[in-house]
Amino acid sequence: MTAAPVETGPKSSSERGALARARLLRGLLPAMSLVLVLLAIAWLNPRAISYFGFSLMLNLAVPIALATIAQMFVIAGNELDLSIGTFVGFVGCVTATWLKDTPLVGVLILLGSIGVYALLGALIHLRNLPSIVVTLGMSFVWQGLAILILPKPGGKAPDWLLSLMAFKPPLVPFPIIAALLIAAVVYFGLMRTSYGVILRGSGGNAAVLERAGWSLLKTKIVLFALAGLFGVLSGMALIGITTSADANIGNGYTLLSIAGVILGGGEFVGGRVSPIGAVIGALTLALAASPLLTFMHIPPDWQVAANGAILIIVLAARVLISRRER
Amino acid sequence: MASLRLLLAKPWIWSFIGALLVWLATITFTGGYGGGGMITAALSLAVFTVIVGVGQMFVITLGPGNVDLSLPANIGLASAVAMKVMDGNDSMIAVGLLAALACGMAIGAANYLLIWALRIPPIIATLSASFIIQSIDISYGRGLQIKPPPGFASFTNWQILGIPVLAILTVLFSIGAAIALQRMIYGRSVLAIGQNIRAAWLAGVNVGRIRFLTYTLSGALGGLDGALLAGYFRGANVDIGNEYLLASIAVVVIGGTSVAGGKANVPGVWGAALFLVLLLTMLNTFGVSAGVRLLLTGLIIVGVITAAGGQTALR
Repeated sequence: MTAAPVETGPKSSSERGALARARLLRGLLPAMSLVLVLLAIAWLNPRAISYFGFSLMLNLAVPIALATIAQMFVIAGNELDLSIGTFVGFVGCVTATWLKDTPLVGVLILLGSIGVYALLGALIHLRNLPSIVVTLGMSFVWQGLAILILPKPGGKAPDWLLSLMAFKPPLVPFPIIAALLIAAVVYFGLMRTSYGVILRGSGGNAAVLERAGWSLLKTKIVLFALAGLFGVLSGMALIGITTSADANIGNGYTLLSIAGVILGGGEFVGGRVSPIGAVIGALTLALAASPLLTFMHIPPDWQVAANGAILIIVLAARVLISRRER
Repeated sequence: MASLRLLLAKPWIWSFIGALLVWLATITFTGGYGGGGMITAALSLAVFTVIVGVGQMFVITLGPGNVDLSLPANIGLASAVAMKVMDGNDSMIAVGLLAALACGMAIGAANYLLIWALRIPPIIATLSASFIIQSIDISYGRGLQIKPPPGFASFTNWQILGIPVLAILTVLFSIGAAIALQRMIYGRSVLAIGQNIRAAWLAGVNVGRIRFLTYTLSGALGGLDGALLAGYFRGANVDIGNEYLLASIAVVVIGGTSVAGGKANVPGVWGAALFLVLLLTMLNTFGVSAGVRLLLTGLIIVGVITAAGGQTALR
């Protein structure tokens, strides 16, 4: 499954050039899909390409991007988090109740939930458990807790969060600035720091990393804690936009976040992920899911299918490129 | 004594012990009241988990990364197809069941087509497929609440001496599945692929064909399950299969099948399905709220997985 590509002797310079081109093409694929979706929107409804249009269309892009980043950290360690959606919902419920009424308790609960994520990472590593089963179980735990906190939709976002999410910067709409910021921060943290390399290495070749003296337990804990942190940010951003919470509010995010990581050029195994790609993937999904379909007069029934279709098309394009890479 | 030790060494025995403990805890709580009825109810509900669980078991046994995430969407669509074809008409029951089976098989085949053509991990292939199936279902079954034919509804609820007929049939099906797994070339090939796909290929196993058959089988069982669920719960709906994503994977793992592939057993699926259903019944009997029930279900699943331990990660 994780068989590394076998190097077959020295390559001629032209072959190496073709390889580099294929790699570049592959790296550009996420951006190209986003541009394609944007062009389609511009062609269908030119008025949407404006400050106001983008603010509206990308409204929900920020929480989706944050959830995608959370998922990306887990995937970087060769695991999968099927509970991120209900976790976002749980955070939303805490944000709309405790964080508003008794901020200190709210902050403690959210920090505690990040701690739970870290513990899960430790548990999965120490007992060598399949992450999809553990996180599927956890998805019930988060949902149960969310329902206990908020049995009926309601609550209210804290005022500072509302004003933050309603922020209207000049020239560039807030969601775009937020997306750039998220991508930049995570890019430098994961791709440009030395510990970031170790974190990705734990997904790339755990055995080598362990032999070199790094603690795999620690990398797994850090990756899961980061996933928890970005899950918390995602839930808070979501409530800042929707203003009130519902226990089921984040359920769709599990699938969206996985799709976003893969769309963004992430690989399922081997620690090959891309923070910038993941954010672009999330933006593509946010745009393709509803605005594009609305402009194309496609009923909302087919929204989910559009996500699936985009995923399949991008993966098919990737196969075509990879074939040249070989 | 030796036979007892042999029995305890079986990986599936723990799920039955768990189910028994939960049952005992519940009837202790009720003071012995309703113990028999609880088993009847558990058997009729466990059937639906066992059917998809067996399909999922074959898929997971194929080795790391193999899992069918499209089962819930598959069940939802097949339930709508079955009810629409039957159209409340007793004479159309067989045709409706066949339609649901065909629908499920088509989904399974499409899953494998994606895995094979795009060379993507099955998790992503079945996930993308489930997005599309879900939309087809929403669009096809919009506002649909077609009742099952009376004959079909009573068949799925039919009991003889407190034992649901559907459960008896499913036991027979499970025996067939166990024979297919342990004694037939198909099952041995699945196990061989799960143990070492390359070695299996070198030994002459037609890996592509076996994987195709396995995904199609899982799809077909999902389709059948959808039709039966719609009969049992008197109507199809989009969300009818939702709980079977966790349930199908959980029963396979709790039942002692290796998530790393190559090692499977059918009895464990039954034990684990009974355990899960009895667990829910117990929590309902204790009168806990929906939130606590979800919370405890999740914690117990995580706890059981932790206790059972894993050999190699699923992915």
